[in-house]
Amino acid sequence: MAQIKIENLRKDFGAFTAVQSSTFTVEDGEFFMLLGPSGCGKTTTLRMMAGLELPTSGRIYIDGEEVGQKPASQRDIAFVFQMFALYPHMNVGKNMSYPLLSQGMSRIDANARVAEVARLLGISHILTKPVGGLSGGDRQRVALGRAIVRNPKAFLMDEPLGALDAEFREHMAEELRALHDRMGATTVYVTHDQLEAMQMGDKIVVMNHGVVEQFGVPQDIYDWPASMFVAQFLGSPPMNFLRAHGLVGSGADSLALGEARITIPAQREGLSGDFALGVRPEHVRLNDSASLRGEIIATEYLGTTQIVTVRTSFGEVKARVASDQKVAVRTATGLHLDARNLSVFDAETGRALRSVANQGVLGLG
Amino acid sequence: MSYSVSDPSRRTKWIAGIAVTLYAVITILPLLWIIATGFKSPADSIAYPPKIFFEPTLEGYVNLFTTRTRVNPEEMAALPEAQTWYEQIVRDQGQIIAGPSRYGERFLNSVIIGFGSTFLCMILGTAAAYAFSRFRVPLKEDLLFFILSTRMMPPIAVAIPIFLMFRNLGLNDTHLGMILLYTAVNLSLSVWLLKGFIDEIPIEYEEAALIDGYTRFQAFIKVVLPQAATGIASTAIFCLIFAWNEYAFAVLLTSGTAQTAPPFIPTIIGVGGKDWPAVAAGASIFLIPVMVFTILLRKHLLRGITFGAVRK
Repeated sequence: MAQIKIENLRKDFGAFTAVQSSTFTVEDGEFFMLLGPSGCGKTTTLRMMAGLELPTSGRIYIDGEEVGQKPASQRDIAFVFQMFALYPHMNVGKNMSYPLLSQGMSRIDANARVAEVARLLGISHILTKPVGGLSGGDRQRVALGRAIVRNPKAFLMDEPLGALDAEFREHMAEELRALHDRMGATTVYVTHDQLEAMQMGDKIVVMNHGVVEQFGVPQDIYDWPASMFVAQFLGSPPMNFLRAHGLVGSGADSLALGEARITIPAQREGLSGDFALGVRPEHVRLNDSASLRGEIIATEYLGTTQIVTVRTSFGEVKARVASDQKVAVRTATGLHLDARNLSVFDAETGRALRSVANQGVLGLG
Repeated sequence: MSYSVSDPSRRTKWIAGIAVTLYAVITILPLLWIIATGFKSPADSIAYPPKIFFEPTLEGYVNLFTTRTRVNPEEMAALPEAQTWYEQIVRDQGQIIAGPSRYGERFLNSVIIGFGSTFLCMILGTAAAYAFSRFRVPLKEDLLFFILSTRMMPPIAVAIPIFLMFRNLGLNDTHLGMILLYTAVNLSLSVWLLKGFIDEIPIEYEEAALIDGYTRFQAFIKVVLPQAATGIASTAIFCLIFAWNEYAFAVLLTSGTAQTAPPFIPTIIGVGGKDWPAVAAGASIFLIPVMVFTILLRKHLLRGITFGAVRK
């Protein structure tokens, strides 16, 4: 197993830049998520790690060795494709032994190794079956098996659960995570599903338009997004933005939203102009005595909680409140924002302003 | 009332059945006529009105494989008893066998040239189609169009230049020349057909093989080819049928050593007038290899024609 280090990685397809200057490190044994909307460059980044695309510039280190320009066959990594890409003309066992035979392993040793991995994945009974008739879950397991048999330095997975039914995804995600924990293998996992990323990942990189927006552990990214894009991409419903124009002083611990005065974590950076105050729905409380006013326009019942949409003069705010709280649509209400969990963004650049609360996550740069 | 979009009604099935049968009869009738003529006597073969029921004889087949001379009845009487059944058939016509005919050689030429060009065409076509399908080839679209444009006129339109070229290169009347010619004519269609088939194979399979530690060439041989087998088989049938049946170039460019069966069959002249049963026998035997080849690959051919229409 190995550490993977990406430095200033860039990929151009003609005039289109798929990835521009990515830098991050995947530590040994980590379950690492590459998260972003489609077209953000996450798959291209993964394919460059695998050697299926050669980078335009930048370096990729696997286990300290620079492999950026090496062909895939010499990198000793395994790749799990979204559509599994099981060889249709081979049965399950042959599919799994295929990577071993390429290394010159004898058929007997290869079969023994395949049997061992099949036991681990619970697919021993289908080894002689053709891959054509398998269920989605079994295909997924075979694809994993084909990756595991070789004991590669790292597993690269391109939306491996994307082709499964919603119901089954959950189950497979758990299985995958359990498998990772047992083997301790470095895994890089591409997904556009923020829930999947937070649920499974040790660390997440959020990408957008070929740029790494943020890199860190799921909770840090969720609580202290580095940009408005990250704030919106993670969480369902996403973070609310209250947009206004004015002055946020460096060192200030409150800001003005019209008449209302909102307490915020002490700022380390100031701004004069358009800003957005970001707050997660679970940090908004309906409180008639609060100075920030709005009108309830909709409620959405979700079992234990409900999502209440409130229109304010700074934009709509969704609040997650207990479902036993009585809420009447088309009535006025006050909104209390939890002062410990607020972020202020520069509305023009989308960047989060550093404060006492988030500076540890965003770093000092 | 139950109604189904996908299941045709009884009446539709009947009409379809009748139409297909009618078409089959129309197509097969000339073929049956040729095969029947091969077993007729020369007199029956040109009888008018045509005979549907006749006494079958192997005269045509014997005549196809032999050359014969006519002898006087006195000389015939002086000869010893015929040794074999076919010698007897020849003597019944008042002739004796002078030697074997050239049909066997011509047939072998057809096999060598037909299968040789098909084989070469498949190798070159698959390689070119793979490259067009997978690599960033400069001017790809233009090249593909250029390749196809060679089929926009009948090949015989360039017969004269090809004839002159072959004479200068010493390819006239050689197996190699004919193999190269048929390969060149078939290649454009092959590249287009095969590119379509290879396009349908997801690139992930090769990428998986690359990551599993194989080179691109190994991935091509072990992963792409097995999956393109259907396309290769159906393309091969088209190529073989063209090369096998080609007549005009064969007449023009071959006369002796490399002559194929199609130009040879019409030249079978009997003693005293065209020997139609022998000609028909020659045509019947000529059908067999393509029929066998097509039947062997029939499953692939059907799948090949409908390939890509429905995603599994």
